[in-house]
Amino acid sequence: MKLEPIVGRYVQMGGCRLYFEEAGQGIPLICLHTAGSDGRQYRAVLNDSAITRNFRVIAFDMPWHGKSSPPAGWQNEDYRLTTESYTKLVMDVIQTLGLERPVVMGCSIGGRVVLELALRHPRELRALIGLQSGAFVERYYDPSWLDHPEVHGGRACGAVAYGLMSPLSPREHVWETVWHYMQGGPGIFTGDLYFYQIDGDIRARIGEIDTSVCPLYLLTGEYDYSASPRDTEAVVARVKGAKFTVMKGLGHFPMSENPEAFLGYLRPVLEEISRG
Amino acid sequence: MIERLAELVNRDPAIVRWGRRMNDTFMVALGDDQYLLTVREGKLEVEKGPFTQRSWRFAIRAKREAWEKFWQKTPAPGWHDLFALLRRGDVAFEGDQRVLMAYMMYLKLVLAAPRKA
Repeated sequence: MKLEPIVGRYVQMGGCRLYFEEAGQGIPLICLHTAGSDGRQYRAVLNDSAITRNFRVIAFDMPWHGKSSPPAGWQNEDYRLTTESYTKLVMDVIQTLGLERPVVMGCSIGGRVVLELALRHPRELRALIGLQSGAFVERYYDPSWLDHPEVHGGRACGAVAYGLMSPLSPREHVWETVWHYMQGGPGIFTGDLYFYQIDGDIRARIGEIDTSVCPLYLLTGEYDYSASPRDTEAVVARVKGAKFTVMKGLGHFPMSENPEAFLGYLRPVLEEISRG
Repeated sequence: MIERLAELVNRDPAIVRWGRRMNDTFMVALGDDQYLLTVREGKLEVEKGPFTQRSWRFAIRAKREAWEKFWQKTPAPGWHDLFALLRRGDVAFEGDQRVLMAYMMYLKLVLAAPRKA
């Protein structure tokens, strides 16, 4: 038996009960999960005493995801994440929880919105960490099949997530990551992908990111074909001062599919941030 | 590799369970070589073409070299998943996409089975 140091709570904000988990003390570190999943992806970061010694790690479930509720009336509308709604959500969480100049780390859609935060709110943030960050991904499959009454959404979303992981990642963690995807609500992964594949195209603006105001770290798993190392390289080529590392043998969900290997890449970044 | 697929899948209950509700025939093409895979409750039969007037629900087509890279014991990045091939334009999905997507988890496990051979 091992009792984990992670504590979960709800906060009522924006017409939704928002669930978040936290552990540790010190510099606030907000962790943003991937499309169609939830904060459990960061279980290893929240459990890592080397990190929680200096950081207050917070992983929240976006509205409609995990244990967070959708807004009242959800049954009458399609869920669609946009640049505006996602950026506002992150800043609202920071304000509601009273966090002072936090570090924000996000993966995939979270790795994209981190770039948006670098443009819009650099002075309010201590540092940004993008996992699997790309400025844009063209649609190479039709995500409407993930939200179809004649296709089991959990099974289909799980199958999409499964392939994005590395064949070298431990099976236990790969299948845990698949399980989170299989638990997503109908249409939620697809709704998040609207931001990832359509609305969140940030190519025209990333050159304006100023890393001298807010440092930007980019970590990308080499087996990711959705936000591949090449996609992140294209960002780095246009953002002066961004610090980029390719994570060998990891895929699209580094923190969840191979926690131990990921922590090996994350800890030095956080040490640098805490010194800065 | 593909000739051994039925044996590799049918003896592995961890794969069969994902196709337990599937009763359908689909095509896998390795370049010009065609194979029909018939699934009955998750168990597989493989027939080698050429075929005359046979029906299939969906087809998954790639060049032989692409499948060979896909079937490496530890495939290289970009060659490790059907959707990875899709993004690079090295596989085509034809026919009934609904059934293809409904059984995608099963299909991914089936088509990756030769890696363990």
